[in-house]
Amino acid sequence: MSSLDSFLFIIFPYLAVGIFLLGSIWRYKQTGFKYSSLSAQFLEGRKGFWGTVPFHWGLIVIFLLHLTVFLFPQLTLGWSSSPIRLIATEIVAFTFGLSALVGLVALFIRRISDARVKMVTNNMDLAIEVLLLAQIILGCWIAVGYRWGYSWFAADLSPYLWSIVKFSPDATAVVAMPIVIKLHIAGAFLVILMIPFTRLVHFLVAPFHYIWRPYQQVIWHWNKKTIRDKKTPWSEKRPFNN
Amino acid sequence: MDVRSQISMIFHLDKCIGCHTCSVACKNIWTDRKGAEYMWWNNVETKPGTGYPGKWEDQEIYKGGWVKDGEGIKLKGAGKKKGLLNIFHNPHLPVIDDYYEPFTYKYLNLIEAPAADDQPTARPVSLITGKPIDIKMGPNWDDDLSGTPDYARNDPNLKKLSKAEQEAMFQLERMAFYYLPRICNHCLNPACVASCPSGAIYKRGEDGVVLINQDKCRAWRMCVTACPYKKTYYNWNSGKSEKCILCYPRLETGQAPACMHSCVGRIRYLGNILYDADRIHEIASVPEDQLVDKQMELMLDPFDPKVIEAAKKNGVPDSTIRSAQRSPAYKFIKTWGLALPLHPEYRTLPSLFYVPPLLPVMASVSDTKNTEQQAKIGEVAKVWDDKWLYNTTTEELFGSIEDARMPMEYMASLFSAGNTEQIKDRLKKLMAVRIHRRWTTVGDISEEKAKGALKEAGLDGKMADEIYYLTSLAKFDDRFVIPAAHREQAIEMLEFTGDKKGSTGFGFKEGTAKRGL
Repeated sequence: MSSLDSFLFIIFPYLAVGIFLLGSIWRYKQTGFKYSSLSAQFLEGRKGFWGTVPFHWGLIVIFLLHLTVFLFPQLTLGWSSSPIRLIATEIVAFTFGLSALVGLVALFIRRISDARVKMVTNNMDLAIEVLLLAQIILGCWIAVGYRWGYSWFAADLSPYLWSIVKFSPDATAVVAMPIVIKLHIAGAFLVILMIPFTRLVHFLVAPFHYIWRPYQQVIWHWNKKTIRDKKTPWSEKRPFNN
Repeated sequence: MDVRSQISMIFHLDKCIGCHTCSVACKNIWTDRKGAEYMWWNNVETKPGTGYPGKWEDQEIYKGGWVKDGEGIKLKGAGKKKGLLNIFHNPHLPVIDDYYEPFTYKYLNLIEAPAADDQPTARPVSLITGKPIDIKMGPNWDDDLSGTPDYARNDPNLKKLSKAEQEAMFQLERMAFYYLPRICNHCLNPACVASCPSGAIYKRGEDGVVLINQDKCRAWRMCVTACPYKKTYYNWNSGKSEKCILCYPRLETGQAPACMHSCVGRIRYLGNILYDADRIHEIASVPEDQLVDKQMELMLDPFDPKVIEAAKKNGVPDSTIRSAQRSPAYKFIKTWGLALPLHPEYRTLPSLFYVPPLLPVMASVSDTKNTEQQAKIGEVAKVWDDKWLYNTTTEELFGSIEDARMPMEYMASLFSAGNTEQIKDRLKKLMAVRIHRRWTTVGDISEEKAKGALKEAGLDGKMADEIYYLTSLAKFDDRFVIPAAHREQAIEMLEFTGDKKGSTGFGFKEGTAKRGL
């Protein structure tokens, strides 16, 4: 194993995940105000639709597929043992991969060509878009050039990822992979590393809590039950919304 | 009964002269910033007109507010399902062009342009891109433009009127308009709060002011769609939504909000109202024609001992109950029944009420023959071809309400979800007060007639005098009855006062014994 390989597939994953975890917390504490994606829909709505919708839905499905294969490799192998199911899954995955690609290209063109959107674009936005674009192109390339990835990911790559999770990294399977796949893996860790420093942080604060929240929210600056109660003692307890 | 206090506002439209002083006061304090240039937390619209943003009242375009859903209600264009599914691209979000692209002029060109054959000009440049633009729209672009095809005739409130009625409204001689100043309604059932996926928007329990926590807002943009009044605005520079804060720093220190304080026509009143928060959902869900009456039912009588007792039990301070008893809002809405909410059919239960304008309504234009008049004035005098007469007499008691210049259906579409009787009732009262005052001050109307008018409108002499006082003579403290904010108690929820006690000027905010993280 070359030293570059051992850096990219053994050291770098830990580095990336570590920076992601610490960086995300640090950024939330430091610049929590900016912990979101700066939506430009208000400045440009129509072109954005053809980018943001296919991109996000494509990416979500692709991400979930990667996640399930990583988490449940045996289940995946069982499912993909039937050729029809394997082909069907591959087609679905590739369709959403293409959707993400088309969407991101549309978003990228909009970002560099629309005068208004340019005003709310910074260098990091462009950097992360180029990185994601490369990553998605590599992914689509793998889907076409090295078929049945749904199956061999479960067989070869899931064990590698699990070996990292279990702190006994074993990259032999990865090192033997073609360069395109290697780039895709290294790229994935680079994206993870970049999350805290880009607009990607918005997915960390995705508003799932909205689902079980009551619609109306009322915040009191005093406790309306105790404020008039003479028996309420002066207490050492810290106020709850301090 | 969950008694809460709500700051409520009254705008007396008869007194609004459309000077935009309120808008400018607000802009100078709050929205003179990058990304907020286009925002007018307070704006004044000409009615009939399309308003700001264009056609904001047309919820088929903007999908704002609540709609009936079986027994209950649901958000029209947002909510848990729609909001989360459309989170990547909100299909009903207005874009900057629906408001206007903010601009400034290159004034320095006028001074620094090199000598040339032509005059130097100050070109308009966009405040977004900084590039020269052709100005297509600006603040108050439709100001005073009643009757114009682009603005007045596109007023969504005209939908209920027949073609003939619309034409009659916009005949040059009959044309009329009035002003509609708008701020955030600080609703009891706010759609913006309900639509916010982050939970950044909330209603303050103590006074009901609706605010957006700028730290929690993550630019999901749903509030802009959900607010049917389009009074939450997206700041494209900060990526946060912003809205009218009812000048809460001023309110907390006992001052009137800037728009109200600066109002030249003194059309604005502010006071708190006690209401039963347990019934909000029930009342927001009643059939459309009952909405106004039911919302008034929600407001509790601050003199009722039972209400006072329940309010005290619920932690409402005595000072707040006292100011509710003095509140001009309560008088206008409940005691006199003069005020109506704007577009109650959006079901947000707004806290801003309007006294509908009498003047453009009551003045009527009647057909007339000028031959008699012309015979009197002789041949040299100008001959009038007009076949109409502008009439503001009070000769016919309430008669002119029926053939009003501003059709009742139009007024009802704005202020009572289509119920013309409620509009007539308010206008009759306003008219009766005028007749009563005419009798007392001028005396050319008989007492019998004045008393009759009051009786028909459901008022008495004392009430009429009070209405007259609060409308015409009221001093600052009568117009703005601001309940004390009780910061001394509120502060204990935010800061631990024990830290400061006994160590004024020198103390520790951090515990001193602990070390490390």
